[in-house]
Amino acid sequence: MLPIVLLSVFGIGLLFLGFMKSRAILLPATLLFLVVALAVNFIDWNKSYLYFNDMLRTNNLAMVFTAIILLSAFMVVALSSNFLNDESAQPAEYYAIILFSLVGAIMMVGFENLIMLFVGVEILSISMYVLTGSDKRNLRSNEAAMKYFLMGSFATGIMLFGMALLYGATGSFTIAGIASYAAHPQVGLSLLLYVGLLMLLIGLLFKVSAAPFHFWTPDVYDGAPTIFTAFMSTVVKTAGFAALFRLLSFSFGGVYTFWWTILAIITAITLVAGNITAVYQNSFKRMMAYSSISHAGYLLIGLASLGTNTKQAIVFYSLAYSVATIAAFGVLLLVAQQRSTQTITSEGVVTENFDSFNGLARQNPLLGIAMTVSMLSLAGIPLTAGFWGKFYMFSTAVERGQIWLLVVAVLMSAVGIYYYFRVIIAMYFRDGGNDPIQVAPFYRYVLVAATILTLGLGIAPGLLEGLF
Amino acid sequence: MLTLFLIFYPVVAATLILMIGGERIKQVALVAALIELAIAGTALVSFKPDATSQFGFDYAWIGSLGIRFSGGIDGISILLVLLTGLLVPFIILSTFNRSYKQPATFYALMLYMQAALMGVFTARDGFLFYLFFEAALIPIYFLAAMWGGENRIPVTFKFFVYTIFGSLFMLVALVYLYYQTPATLTAPHSAAIADFYKLKLTPEAQNWLFWAFFIAFAIKMPVFPFHTWQPDTYVESPTPATMLLAGIMLKMGVYGLIRFILPIVPLGVEAWGKTAIILSVIGIVYGSIIAIRQRDMKRLIAYSSFSHVGLMAAGVFSQTETGMQGALVQMLAHGINVVGMFFVADVIFSRTNTRQLDQLGGITQSTPKLTVFFMIMLLGSVALPLTNGFVGEFLLLHGVFTYNHYLGLAAGFTIIFGAVYMLRLFQKSMFGPTTSRTDTFADLTSSESWVFIPLVVMVFWIGVYPNTFLKLTEPAVANLMKYIGTTAVSMK
Repeated sequence: MLPIVLLSVFGIGLLFLGFMKSRAILLPATLLFLVVALAVNFIDWNKSYLYFNDMLRTNNLAMVFTAIILLSAFMVVALSSNFLNDESAQPAEYYAIILFSLVGAIMMVGFENLIMLFVGVEILSISMYVLTGSDKRNLRSNEAAMKYFLMGSFATGIMLFGMALLYGATGSFTIAGIASYAAHPQVGLSLLLYVGLLMLLIGLLFKVSAAPFHFWTPDVYDGAPTIFTAFMSTVVKTAGFAALFRLLSFSFGGVYTFWWTILAIITAITLVAGNITAVYQNSFKRMMAYSSISHAGYLLIGLASLGTNTKQAIVFYSLAYSVATIAAFGVLLLVAQQRSTQTITSEGVVTENFDSFNGLARQNPLLGIAMTVSMLSLAGIPLTAGFWGKFYMFSTAVERGQIWLLVVAVLMSAVGIYYYFRVIIAMYFRDGGNDPIQVAPFYRYVLVAATILTLGLGIAPGLLEGLF
Repeated sequence: MLTLFLIFYPVVAATLILMIGGERIKQVALVAALIELAIAGTALVSFKPDATSQFGFDYAWIGSLGIRFSGGIDGISILLVLLTGLLVPFIILSTFNRSYKQPATFYALMLYMQAALMGVFTARDGFLFYLFFEAALIPIYFLAAMWGGENRIPVTFKFFVYTIFGSLFMLVALVYLYYQTPATLTAPHSAAIADFYKLKLTPEAQNWLFWAFFIAFAIKMPVFPFHTWQPDTYVESPTPATMLLAGIMLKMGVYGLIRFILPIVPLGVEAWGKTAIILSVIGIVYGSIIAIRQRDMKRLIAYSSFSHVGLMAAGVFSQTETGMQGALVQMLAHGINVVGMFFVADVIFSRTNTRQLDQLGGITQSTPKLTVFFMIMLLGSVALPLTNGFVGEFLLLHGVFTYNHYLGLAAGFTIIFGAVYMLRLFQKSMFGPTTSRTDTFADLTSSESWVFIPLVVMVFWIGVYPNTFLKLTEPAVANLMKYIGTTAVSMK
């Protein structure tokens, strides 16, 4: 609860800090705010409280998800130093919006009432629409924001409709109330419950970009400024999956038989669509968009085979995925800024092709290693955190006997190696680029920390055990 | 504890090498690898030949899931640990006359590779095995793709994706097995390989598990028809990487067959073993015939290796004690021979800049030392009695023959064909008139000789007195036969 209050206050505070002449204070201030929020997050550790008239719950799982979200936000903000040099940027507003969006994300993690879920989703989404379009003079950024806004509000509408139907069926907005209604499917439940659940699922699956609700993802991720793409693909995904998990495990465990087939099919479609399409991309950023769709697929495996290990699987996977993704986008940011292999297309200047990574490892070994480790982690190769993430997910599927889903996932992991390795091949085995990229010291620390975290969790996945 | 040291010492050494760098890094790497050999030698000397797992370590890894960081050396592992320890220093020594760009990275990757291989051969936990099995791919991929030939990028990429693809099936099988182990509220499931042995799996489960494991290992070895990555990868890789691949890495596949498939899914082997043997025998004959037609030395050796490993797989699937013993000894012998043969190819290439047989010839005239060493390695490869190849191949063929006479007969072609392509290789390269490329051929330098000398000693040691090695593996193999034996009885 405290993080929500603090982040709201900090966000407003940041807006005022923006009036000051010097922009240099904004970045450290934001980072400090995030650290404070992260620290106070754990005050209620091992306790479970209800806040705001039983609207919000804090428990260990919610706190762990909040911590992952805040950590991701911290890393993204830490990589955003180039705003401060950009005359047309408005960093104070960006950072404030980021903090506000985190409030929404934290609500999605611990909601006790569907209204709270809705408010959380909206806060997060509206912040994202704004950030997507923040590169005002870039046509693609504007287009992305427009698309995201139109489709996103449509999805939110469907979600709200679903909530209304659920209320009609159960007479309650609280997840406990719905759970007690849905706990006895044998007595015959109202059709409204099923329809409502489906609509609610569609809304949330849209937010985490699961197929077939993923069509906005590539354009939005591609058009948004890279730093916000990193934010979107990690924070929104983690929050979305935390919400889905809370909803399905807590409220709808009783009607498991109804939704798991649907979810399993969506999972399979997501995995196939994400992975296969990613293979055909020429832009690294677009590839990362499809990669994020495919990772939504892997995360969905845990939900479609909801069991005792799902919680652990989702936490571990979101952490592994977030860290690796942020490191990858961090390297991309530098490459796109400082390397001059731009191709000009009808839509503007594209600087994120795979070619722009050519020979990077030779000139910047550190960037090469950071990128390689994060690609290996996303591909799920052992000794990285991503492997254990996949391992946990596959375990849940086996535990539930979802062997066919597992086979799809395994085949798609093999496909995944193909496109993740294109970057590694470009960096290590191709020639290109002349001058080493300049990396600011702080930037370097973030990338090193991400690499160490990925490898550390890959070697000793048991480290996170205490969190469950 | 010794095992833990075997795995982690190379990691530390490699990291230090990366940090030190500099001109004389070759020598540092060699010393580091020799120390590892000394550790492996200590393990060999103090190894008690019984069926137990020795020098072990065992720590909680993911405690709540019962996954343990656990390893040790038993009779099945010991020869492979020896092989890994033995070959790497000589592979490093074989590079002394070459200079590779970024040498520190090059040697560090070799030592990382060694650590992962040691891990594969000593892991006692299924997931730890898988972890090392995959981790071994990363250094070898970079070795092959950074220092390889012209076509290296697509070739090594195919190799990487192909093998990862195969091992993912194994991961599925391991997770499945893990959930079959008993669990209570207080004690979670177990991933210990020894616990997998105790499972009573249904025949249907064993059938698909057989294929999940078999595809993973068959791609790694490779067995026909999963071999298409192999010749190109061997040819495009720099020779030290090829030596690692052919000398040690393909043994991961054979080791996997013995460690996992036979004892865990005996009914699967019962049902599909014959298919596997037939595929292996096809590989033997097919590989040999292609080897006879090759013009490129490295490619010829690659196909010969493909053919030899087919025999090992067939021997293992014969489910006989002799076949299994043969496979273990032959893994050691083949590792030594194939490294020797690739080194011969490398020596010739470094002096003539070609590997094409029709551009070579007459080398023996100026090179007594090379001729002798080449001949000895070659005789080992064609399984002449008193050389190491004979012991392994004889036992393997005996095993296959016991299983099925006709298959044994077909597999026996390996010896005849082997003699044909190997002697052809020798004749085309060493005899005949010299060509423009070979008329100034210099004999081996001393560092090159020192690569061959220990290998030759091993060729004769295993060939003349194989008991040193057979008695190490015997109790463990006999113990393993129990798992196969019981189900064979229950089938009747």
